[in-house]
Amino acid sequence: MTSENAPAPGSEITLRVNGKPHTLYVDHRRVLLDLLREDLGLTGAKKGCDHGQCGACTVLAGGRRLNSCLLLAVTLDGAEVTTVEGLGGDGEETHPLQRAFLDRDAFQCGYCTPGQLCSAVGMLAEAAAGHPSHVTDPAAPSGRPVALDRPEIRERMSGNLCRCGAYPGIVAAVEDVIE
Amino acid sequence: MNGFGYLRPTTLQEAAEAYAAHPGARYLAGGTNLVDLMKLGVERPAFLVDVGALPLDGIEELPNGSLRAGATVRNSDLAADPRVRDRYPALSQALLAGASGQLRNAATTGGNLLQRTRCPYFQALDKPCNKRDPGSGCGALEGVHRDHAVLGWSERCVATHPSDMAVALAALDAEVELYGTDGTRSMPVADFHRLPGEHPERDTEIRPGEIVTGVLLPAATAGMPSAYRKARDRASYAFALASVAVVLRLADGAIEHVGLAFGGLAHKPWRARRAEEALRGAAPTPAALERAVDLELAAARPLEENAYKVPLARNLALDVLGRLAPAPAVA
Repeated sequence: MTSENAPAPGSEITLRVNGKPHTLYVDHRRVLLDLLREDLGLTGAKKGCDHGQCGACTVLAGGRRLNSCLLLAVTLDGAEVTTVEGLGGDGEETHPLQRAFLDRDAFQCGYCTPGQLCSAVGMLAEAAAGHPSHVTDPAAPSGRPVALDRPEIRERMSGNLCRCGAYPGIVAAVEDVIE
Repeated sequence: MNGFGYLRPTTLQEAAEAYAAHPGARYLAGGTNLVDLMKLGVERPAFLVDVGALPLDGIEELPNGSLRAGATVRNSDLAADPRVRDRYPALSQALLAGASGQLRNAATTGGNLLQRTRCPYFQALDKPCNKRDPGSGCGALEGVHRDHAVLGWSERCVATHPSDMAVALAALDAEVELYGTDGTRSMPVADFHRLPGEHPERDTEIRPGEIVTGVLLPAATAGMPSAYRKARDRASYAFALASVAVVLRLADGAIEHVGLAFGGLAHKPWRARRAEEALRGAAPTPAALERAVDLELAAARPLEENAYKVPLARNLALDVLGRLAPAPAVA
């Protein structure tokens, strides 16, 4: 049992974030979202609900889109993480999806946007890998890329809430990068 | 949140030993429910045994034609597996009807079975809840309970089990496999979750320290027509108000095999044994289907706010049964 004054248990981990290795000592209670924002100064991923309900904290970890608010950092030793800051690669370039969000005015306040972008990048890879969704025809052949129409995009992006209601622009931006 | 120790073992034996050596330990898998409950203060583990590095992340075919899904297989991967989609469509559909893309990428087979109720009284430390704090009372029974149970509840607890996946597994006659220091065992998923009775703090039949190692999808129901349908407050990303999984095979115009389970109605996935018994051997006429479903739902005891669940569940069941067993043509 930890006494009031004893330091909380922690461990040293190494993870790569946007291609750069970081070795940190983390309190076991630290979630990835707080590690990114507080320890690494990467404030792109946003803290919305902090309970996995809004998607504002979505990042890519181990090639999957995940809610970083529910991931204990200590479980990620050796992991590869990509945040919105890393979507465009090393330089200042924007990812085609970021360009499409600008073109389609796919945000108002912008708070959910980093999560929407990371989620959409992960979602496009899932569909390309043949992952079905709730609205995919169950009779569609397994293992083939799934064509993304509007109902598919809306269903697959349902884990990212936008309180400004920019959904029509978000769906249009995602459609732009598919075409 | 209190601090806690952490270990990421690579063998089941190490994991079970670490759990036994640390009072107040919990197993951690995807964390989508446990970490959330830790933030809420509902769970306060002194030690976490991370099962993420255990060799439980595969989906394998067994010589007898059954399919074993490891406990740490992600919900998204299980739903997308061609063998699951082709042979057990209700399971794939149930998984895809749950949570969001991000959560399904983290959530695991074992964690999904062991997730706790989303009853708001369970999640709020300032409210009474016999499941969280035995003896404190049930806030939902005479409180806000629109989402709560209509079947099998007790005065102690009216919570529902939130899983979609487990409802399909129950209908498919899947088994859950467990590892403990006393050895391994398995039991039907339909018997794994408990009714609340006098002890709502116990969700399942799992013993302290046991680890879910996987679920076994039987050869017997492989390839049978099956489907899952869920009703919820919005089109996506919401828990079930009511749901149904049906596995059904016809032979010579009669129902040869049927597995029917409801979600969102009870403290466990509700296997509708009475309805199944009435349907087995019967011709799937609309009257026969209605009689069977009504027989099952006659046991419902709705609360003040959730009587809507009974006709909702009835209609869902009749829809899916009717789709899988088209009514015989009138001569």
